[in-house]
Amino acid sequence: MRATSEDEIAEIFRGASAPLAVRGGGTRALEAAPGEVVETGALTGITLYEPGALTLVARAGTPLAAIEAALAAEGQRLAFEVPDMRPLLRRTGASTIGGVIAANASGPRRVQAGAARDALLGVRFVDGRGSIIKNGGRVMKNVTGYDLARLLAGSRGRLGVLTEVSLKVLPAPETEATLIARGLSAAAAVAALSSALGSPFEVTGAAHLDAGSPLTLVRIEGRAASVAYRSGRLAALLGGRWEDVPDGAARWQAVRDVIPFASRAGSVWRLHLKPSDAPAVRAASGAEAAIFDWGGGLLWLLTGPGAAGRIRAATAAAGGHATLWRASPGEDAPRLPPESPAVAALTAGLVRTFDPRGILAA
Amino acid sequence: MQMPVPDARILSRRTEVLAGLARLLPADALIHDPDETRAYECDALSAYRCPPLAVVLPRTTEEVAAILRFAHAERIPVVPRGSGTSLAGGALPTADCIVLGVARMNAVLETDYDNRFIRVQAGRTNLSVTGAVEERGFFYAPDPSSQLACAIAGNIGMNSGGAHCLKYGVTTNNLLGVKMVLMDGTILDLGGPWMDAGGLDLLGVVCGAEGQLGVVTEATLRILPKPEGARPVLIGFDANETAGACVAAIIKAGLLPVAIEFMDRPCIRACEDFAHAGYPDCEALLIVEVEGSEAEIDDQLALIRRIAETFAPVALRESRSEEESKKIWLGRKSAFGAMGQINDYICLDGTIPVSELPRVLRRIGELSRGYGLDVANVFHAGDGNMHPLILFDANKPGDLDKAEALGADILTLCVEVGGCLTGEHGVGVEKRDLMPVQFSADDIEAQLRVKDVFDPAWLLNPAKVFPLQVTAARRAA
Repeated sequence: MRATSEDEIAEIFRGASAPLAVRGGGTRALEAAPGEVVETGALTGITLYEPGALTLVARAGTPLAAIEAALAAEGQRLAFEVPDMRPLLRRTGASTIGGVIAANASGPRRVQAGAARDALLGVRFVDGRGSIIKNGGRVMKNVTGYDLARLLAGSRGRLGVLTEVSLKVLPAPETEATLIARGLSAAAAVAALSSALGSPFEVTGAAHLDAGSPLTLVRIEGRAASVAYRSGRLAALLGGRWEDVPDGAARWQAVRDVIPFASRAGSVWRLHLKPSDAPAVRAASGAEAAIFDWGGGLLWLLTGPGAAGRIRAATAAAGGHATLWRASPGEDAPRLPPESPAVAALTAGLVRTFDPRGILAA
Repeated sequence: MQMPVPDARILSRRTEVLAGLARLLPADALIHDPDETRAYECDALSAYRCPPLAVVLPRTTEEVAAILRFAHAERIPVVPRGSGTSLAGGALPTADCIVLGVARMNAVLETDYDNRFIRVQAGRTNLSVTGAVEERGFFYAPDPSSQLACAIAGNIGMNSGGAHCLKYGVTTNNLLGVKMVLMDGTILDLGGPWMDAGGLDLLGVVCGAEGQLGVVTEATLRILPKPEGARPVLIGFDANETAGACVAAIIKAGLLPVAIEFMDRPCIRACEDFAHAGYPDCEALLIVEVEGSEAEIDDQLALIRRIAETFAPVALRESRSEEESKKIWLGRKSAFGAMGQINDYICLDGTIPVSELPRVLRRIGELSRGYGLDVANVFHAGDGNMHPLILFDANKPGDLDKAEALGADILTLCVEVGGCLTGEHGVGVEKRDLMPVQFSADDIEAQLRVKDVFDPAWLLNPAKVFPLQVTAARRAA
């Protein structure tokens, strides 16, 4: 089914008696949900864009590419740097803004500018009961009532389907500089990235590739004179050999989209950790390759079969959570991280109240 | 303003309730003497007062859990309280409630500079979080005007903002995790010193739920490296509307100042008398602050100056020293206190799209004249969060009612132009009855269902946020 309006989605949900598989562009869901497919791709259109107020409102099925183009025309952007998951997950199709928010999909700049959920000002959604619900709004500061917008961000459609999102956008910088260092150990790299992120020089990317020859990257953005000044100060602060490279944009896109793992076989895990724990967890995982983003706070692991136990145990011991992002054939570990009984009970309660008939089993 | 009728069953069992609490807590952690509970009868919305049945001041998460388990079993409402600085009546008691104050839980539990977080007990004050890390060059970003007194617990409850959130975001953007206690006494952790939730973003909905979903006892907060420097510039205009237009032009130019603050003439006068910050004598004043190295600051301020000059400012002056910058901010942050010395006032908190600033300021002026009450404006212009102060005389019969009616009209105006009722103070009791202006019945019902999951018996801070008639059935069940 292809829904053409919010009302139509509400009607479909109210009449549903079996699980539905809601799809935006189909580029980010970790696995195909069972049930009849309901596509939201026809709910398109930027309904409001005020560059002077740093605000954009769009229907959930609007292609991400259309939003990025509209912003670029005004010298603005989505600061959270949306990853393109198609190469890694081997998908085709066009990512929608609703899918971006439902997955809370954030790239390297998350470490400085916040996640997709932090840029979210408000939502409209249809819950599993078929109620149309508005929460938040289109203004920068809003504490009126409960923050259901944040609850929906990253919920992967378990509570409802987004129909409209309102986002804070930011000016695109004049320029960027990327410094790289080669051959660092994971521990040395994370320590260097921590110094960089703990400096006043506003680092907007801090990553370490441990997939082949080790490569560590740090990014600075802003006005040209300021970028030159800060990247110079940062290189001095970090010591050792840091080289200013001209192809920063391509390198950060590769980190963002986990490109080093895209064409390789194996399972891909995504771990959220305290940055200083990442090197030890990486070692304990036995992974073939690793990408440390967010200064070590985000760890991507490429593994052979049977790594789930080691990864979940190391994550549990350190604190944090691990999601099986791409499963190789035969990998049967649960996708989502385990939750404490109290958190699991609240989650189940929320799912039950927003989707009492289980039509969004996702 | 209406509050629920106190439960006679609870009031009649006062002695047993106090004895029950006394069994759970050290003697100095329970207050029930009417002379002493009076200190807890209101928060910073002092027009409304009611002494609670008892006040408890636990020191540990386990004590909080014991209190809540007891209150849950006895079906007694609990009103959580940080430092009592809510401007919305978020900590206003009812006569049949236990006020649970977390002020004695104020320790720093862990600081980690490599991983850039601090873990504190939730009663710790906002400014003292920065105080704990500033020697190492770090700070905690959200900076409400009450930051000297307000507690992190209350900041989380209200999702507090501040003057610098244009760049750094509000509490929810700087909160990594909490330890909290549900109404039934269950202790749980949400988040931690890593970024983003693995499952549903429960932390996101707890933050800003005004203490209705649980009692937060510990918080893991993101700390940031302090910028190399910061410098404000004062720009004066001969009309509010011109200042509003200048704000939109600065933002559209691609600059992101760390703060853009706005004051109109009545506020400028009161703040100048208080702080002697050297504010120019004009109709409208912007304080625009930028950060970075000296050269970076010069570069940004030059751009701002060029933009401002196209709006014919009557004054334009950069701060020349650290001391002058401090005075400029002291003046702004003292605005409410300074106005309070010369008038009674109601402080509003609506947010509007920045592009609507000139129109909304003009309309507020018209409403003010219509009601015959002065309105002073001081607000975070960069993010559209307005703080109109409605001046009235509390000793004049009917004046408070008139001021509240004007306030409701201004907040309705904020919603009409695409904004909201409250940007950072919270709904509390103050704006409870205006919720239907912004939300449909279905929108509100969705929020109530979240509370049903966290607090099925509706005992935590039950008379806040939503209109009483909307929650009556749930509270009575």
